[in-house]
Amino acid sequence: MNGVRFAFDPDWAITLTAPFMIHAFEAGLCIAIAAGVMGYFTIARHSTFTAHALADIGLPGATGAVLLGLPVTFGFGLFALLGAVVIGMLGKKASQREVATGSVLAFATGLGLFFARMSSAASQQMQAILFGSILSVTGTQVKGFAIFDIILLAVLALIYRPLLFSSLDEQVAQAKGVPIMLMNGLFMAMMAGVITIAVPAVGTLLIFALVITPTATANIVTSSPFAAMIVASVLCLVAIYGGLLISVMFPMPPSFIIVTLSTLFWAVAKVYEALRR
Amino acid sequence: MVGTYDIDPADGRVAASNVSVTGDGKPGEPPAFEFRDASVRRDGRLIWSRGTFTIPAGTVTAIVGTNGAGKTTMMKTELGLVPLHGGSIRIFGCKPGHMNGCIGYVPQDYASDIETNLTARQSVTLGLTGTRFGLRPVRASERDKVRQVMRFVGIDDQAGRRLSQLSGGQRQRVAIAQALVSEPKLIMLDEPLANLDLASQREVVHVLARLNQDLGVTVQVVAHDLNMLLPILDGAVYLLDGHPHYAKMNEVLDAKLLTHLYGTTVQVVTTPQGDMFVTPSHDEPRGVVPDTHDPDEVAYFHVGHTDHVRHSGRYDIHDNAGDSRNQEVSQ
Repeated sequence: MNGVRFAFDPDWAITLTAPFMIHAFEAGLCIAIAAGVMGYFTIARHSTFTAHALADIGLPGATGAVLLGLPVTFGFGLFALLGAVVIGMLGKKASQREVATGSVLAFATGLGLFFARMSSAASQQMQAILFGSILSVTGTQVKGFAIFDIILLAVLALIYRPLLFSSLDEQVAQAKGVPIMLMNGLFMAMMAGVITIAVPAVGTLLIFALVITPTATANIVTSSPFAAMIVASVLCLVAIYGGLLISVMFPMPPSFIIVTLSTLFWAVAKVYEALRR
Repeated sequence: MVGTYDIDPADGRVAASNVSVTGDGKPGEPPAFEFRDASVRRDGRLIWSRGTFTIPAGTVTAIVGTNGAGKTTMMKTELGLVPLHGGSIRIFGCKPGHMNGCIGYVPQDYASDIETNLTARQSVTLGLTGTRFGLRPVRASERDKVRQVMRFVGIDDQAGRRLSQLSGGQRQRVAIAQALVSEPKLIMLDEPLANLDLASQREVVHVLARLNQDLGVTVQVVAHDLNMLLPILDGAVYLLDGHPHYAKMNEVLDAKLLTHLYGTTVQVVTTPQGDMFVTPSHDEPRGVVPDTHDPDEVAYFHVGHTDHVRHSGRYDIHDNAGDSRNQEVSQ
């Protein structure tokens, strides 16, 4: 009988020490740092829809890469970056590019499906890309994630204030001499990178819960950008580690637990906010 | 630097010092704005052209005109954000964009759709540090300056609150403080009174008046409704039939001109107290659309037409201060 199995795994502590789990925890740390710091700017720049779209735009890159025998992350990252450049050039205001972004993401998802159907290998990868497979992250990928994080933090440290200033009001920042084209280009490129490294954790469809939701929660409970980034990273980390831990104890997909925890934190913060008023 | 914000230790009030610009600008100092046959084109459409006028430093000027006349475009052109199609503009003797370090810009509906946790204080601080690359912490002197300027515009009690929690008027004053914190010679505001209730409008106008009078800052305001600004205006740039003109206040405040400018019949009303209002006429006949493009009228309204200047002298706001008669003028 194919009943629902919900059995507790008594050997979970042993599983935690397996190499694939270690890689997953390392990847989780890298993802949490990247998502925590970029989530703030993504919300501040009204680009949350764009973030979601970039994940979907990366899909054909990922399935296409499998088709050509290239690394999935490479194909995904390339498409996400190209998508970021195109969306960045489409229009200044987020509201102006919603229709264009939505149309492109629908086409990209379709293209991803088309590539996936062309080979059985790509077809097998499809679910992992859509819903995440943090347990299959390799040691090489973790190194790549860590290097990306270092570059991301270095660039953000350099452009932190001008990027924040231009996020608040682009025209004012431009009038004061902030190179807003450069800020926008760097922001889009960084976001493409963050999406690329976050997708293995929860997949393209659930990415919002990892990149945006923890920051939305942090925005409620903190009152400075820096504090929001720290808290968002911590919430992200707790969600990922909680997801890994619980999925080892019970036979549940880590993505589901990660997204559930992230959404739960946000819901609790919203209730707290409502009660405070 | 034009002025500094000093706090009187006795009562905590802010007083201005080191003021170097007076009402009509110092002799020899370049004018705040100098337009020479300026024209602007956007998306292939001529927005306005043949703008030739000079506005002295230390004045308060409104840019008025109907929707779509190019008021905001004019401000952005002055800031160098929109390129000139022809002619030239000089801001304190420099090309647009070259003086922006000395200009504070307050856009329309500043941060009205903000979704982050940024506080009023952090937002004002960005006016000082927002162009700085690298991670140097904010200095104590910079914090002091932010505190002083927030007190000057009257939002020091809101410093720790989030922008998203502030009212429209409070946010507008945060925007003014952010523009002011870098000690500009000129502050430009795009529709600063739009969407504000009467009390908030008055507070913003009061801040602008003190900016100009106490600190000598030149002020330029894009405005739909002149009424709240009338007491502080020295002149106005009016965008009429595709051409910007500058006129001093007693020249621009004329019912016929304003009727032409707004495309609907308006009248200038002076109360017994000497206050003036620009108001839509109550007795406009139905179905009559005022002709806003009659060439003879246009020639009549253009600056330099002596009849018009002579005619409008009687509406000078200061001359009417002691007049007890209710003077109602309509066309």
